[in-house]
Amino acid sequence: MSTDVNVKIDALAGVDPDALPLQVKDLHVEFRTRNGIARAVNGVSFDLRAGETRAILGESGCGKSVTAQAIMGILDTPPGFITGGEILYRGVDLLKLPESERRKVRANRIAMIFQDALSALNPVFTVGFQLAELFRKHRGMSRQDAKARAVELLDLVKIPAARQRVNDYPHQFSGGMRQRVMIAMALALDPEVLIADEPTTALDVTVQAQIMALLAELQRERNMGLVLITHDMGVVADVADQISVMYAGRVIEEAGVDDIYASPAHPYTKGLLESIPRLDLKGHELSAIKGLPPMLTNIPPGCAFNPRCGYAQEVCRQDPAPPLYQVSPSRTAACHFWKEVKGDE
Amino acid sequence: MSDVVLETRDLVKHFPLTRGIVFKKQYGAVQAVDGVNLQLRRGETLGIVGESGCGKSTLARMLVGLETPTSGDLFVQGKNMSKVGAEERRRGRRNIQLVMQDPYTSLNPRMTVGDIIGEPFEVHPDVVPKGKRRAKVQELLDLVGLNPDHINRYPHQFSGGQRQRIGIARALALNPEIILCDEPVSALDVSIQAQVINLLEKLQAELGLSYIFIAHDLSVVRHIADRVAVMYLGKIIEIGTEDEIYDKPTHPYTQALLSAVPVPDPKLRGLRDQIVLTGDVPSPANPPSGCRFRTRCWKAQDICAEQQPTLEVRDKSGHPSACHFAEVRDVVHATE
Ligand SMILES: Nc1ncnc2c1ncn2[C@@H]1O[C@H](COP(=O)(O)OP(=O)(O)OP(=O)(O)O)[C@@H](O)[C@H]1O
Ligand SMILES: Nc1ncnc2c1ncn2[C@@H]1O[C@H](COP(=O)(O)OP(=O)(O)OP(=O)(O)O)[C@@H](O)[C@H]1O
Ligand code: SF4
Ligand code: SF4
Ligand SMILES: [Mg+2]
Ligand SMILES: [Mg+2]
Repeated sequence: MSTDVNVKIDALAGVDPDALPLQVKDLHVEFRTRNGIARAVNGVSFDLRAGETRAILGESGCGKSVTAQAIMGILDTPPGFITGGEILYRGVDLLKLPESERRKVRANRIAMIFQDALSALNPVFTVGFQLAELFRKHRGMSRQDAKARAVELLDLVKIPAARQRVNDYPHQFSGGMRQRVMIAMALALDPEVLIADEPTTALDVTVQAQIMALLAELQRERNMGLVLITHDMGVVADVADQISVMYAGRVIEEAGVDDIYASPAHPYTKGLLESIPRLDLKGHELSAIKGLPPMLTNIPPGCAFNPRCGYAQEVCRQDPAPPLYQVSPSRTAACHFWKEVKGDE
Repeated sequence: MSDVVLETRDLVKHFPLTRGIVFKKQYGAVQAVDGVNLQLRRGETLGIVGESGCGKSTLARMLVGLETPTSGDLFVQGKNMSKVGAEERRRGRRNIQLVMQDPYTSLNPRMTVGDIIGEPFEVHPDVVPKGKRRAKVQELLDLVGLNPDHINRYPHQFSGGQRQRIGIARALALNPEIILCDEPVSALDVSIQAQVINLLEKLQAELGLSYIFIAHDLSVVRHIADRVAVMYLGKIIEIGTEDEIYDKPTHPYTQALLSAVPVPDPKLRGLRDQIVLTGDVPSPANPPSGCRFRTRCWKAQDICAEQQPTLEVRDKSGHPSACHFAEVRDVVHATE
């Protein structure tokens, strides 16, 4: 099967096999609504290497899903518009491709799974049919071969008795099993990049552990890049290599997983870490971050975090917003006072 | 009077499953809660944990009188709620208030915050005289950290965390001694969760409240609870102090549950004892014989299918566990 995959990659003009599977550069997305312009994504950049897991961490409304939708080309337009930046797949800017080419990349090279599996699966077709359709459409397989591949895939994501379950409808599966089916659909065409938007948020913790273990295993086998969108600092600590922390549409800190947890360089990241209780520690004081995230139609001037920040000085309340300062060769933080925040370490 | 403010004895809730539209025929029952015994002491926080569908909310709804038990007894301040007269029951009920999960749907969007918080006075007019209610509501707003001047605003003008504060203020209106929180912070963002948890702790210290705190986030429960009960398919399968449950769990289900919770420290990656459960939770309409966990338990023996393990102390750990083979296993800390 890998041969026809390669045919499809080469068919895309300008693909450089040595370039990274995904690079997002200075992405801007806005929503033009009745209440004004909501700047949902304000210059997000990150790289993803093959086999790497990049976590995008942030609170509700900070622009995580919109970033993912922009990468996938499934942004709700209007009201959403990409107003700047590049999204590069192996050197090719997806934003410049015609929709027909874009669709090919979406199906074959970059796939996505969503928080709510039920709404992503079609309720009126069997799970097997939906999987088989992918092979028929994109690989030109016969009905029989496609069905056989569907069973293989359900097996791969550890659905028990896959041969029987292939004829079931989505509602006949439990929440965890539906999530497995969605993973199977996303992986069907051997993508190089998987974007997982809160893949376990709706699931019980024991099921979450199963799904994360499955994702890690499949990722290792395929050397696939994974963009994991989440607000769970525990999950991130368990699986991520690189982390981008988002606040009000910006990446405000970027670093390797060990650095961020050991010595956060942005007050927001630090505040998040201090506000979560831990399973392995007895009741220590939780220091909450005061206040609320800003409305995206009304982001404060200067640093968007300044009304909630204990380190804020006059400079923080004035434009321009703090740039991403280079904290070390491998990490950045968008805070004027990152040295103080990080402390001596 | 004793130290126990709330007690349940063999509390059961079965929801009948029926077929037919005109002539309803019962063909089974969802055993949502099946024989729960627990005690809540004055000033303490009892955490209740367990996976989706294990019966936590049904139990909570029985405790506040929103659901009638199929059988069993509920004692409030030592009084059996099914044996006392209507007036006494009403007073008992007033003493237990509920804070619900979803701050987006649990508040009536067409009522002002003042009306929402003051609504309980309509049912219990004797608590605060009419002329003083507005002042009382403003006092409550202040108590939960909201601006008393916002009394005439509507729920949609508040954020999720602020709405949860409104829910808490409303629960406090009748000066209850017991607050039941059903997933009070699960819908909130991480940075807002801590604000609400800290508020609940502050109120407990100031007002001497007793809490039952239901949550699926085991880290949050460890933080707030003094004692913890673990539920599986309608039953409490282990109960103990916070230390006993987290540091010395003895029931295989508790161990599996705790081992699945990620710890926000990358240095511990791969160093903890991980138990990955297989299979799904069985249907509460048709639970397994004997031990309800046996279909997923790696320690199951023949006896587990034959005899239902009772919730009792069996080993040195010193706390009750409903497993024939209860045995301490630390799954929370790094082992190396
Ligand atoms: N279709 C839309 N129309 C208008 N605004 C939108 C639309 N989709 C998203 N937004 C806005 O863009 C912002 C970012 O939304 P996004 O869904 O990316 O948040 P998120 O970080 O994924 O949050 P969550 O953790 O809640 O999923 C939000 O403020 C949201 O209101
Ligand atoms: N009114 C009802 N009629 C029939 N079955 C019900 C009813 N309410 C609850 N159940 C069932 O009882 C069981 C326990 O439900 P309950 O809501 O108490 O679980 P829970 O532990 O609160 O779950 P969650 O964590 O998802 O909130 C479930 O199987 C549920 O489907
Ligand atoms: S730039 Fe200023 S306001 Fe922003 S995080 Fe740093 S110290 Fe705080
Ligand atoms: S009683 Fe048996 S099946 Fe139940 S938890 Fe204990 S060992 Fe497992
Ligand atoms: Mg989202
Ligand atoms: Mg519930």
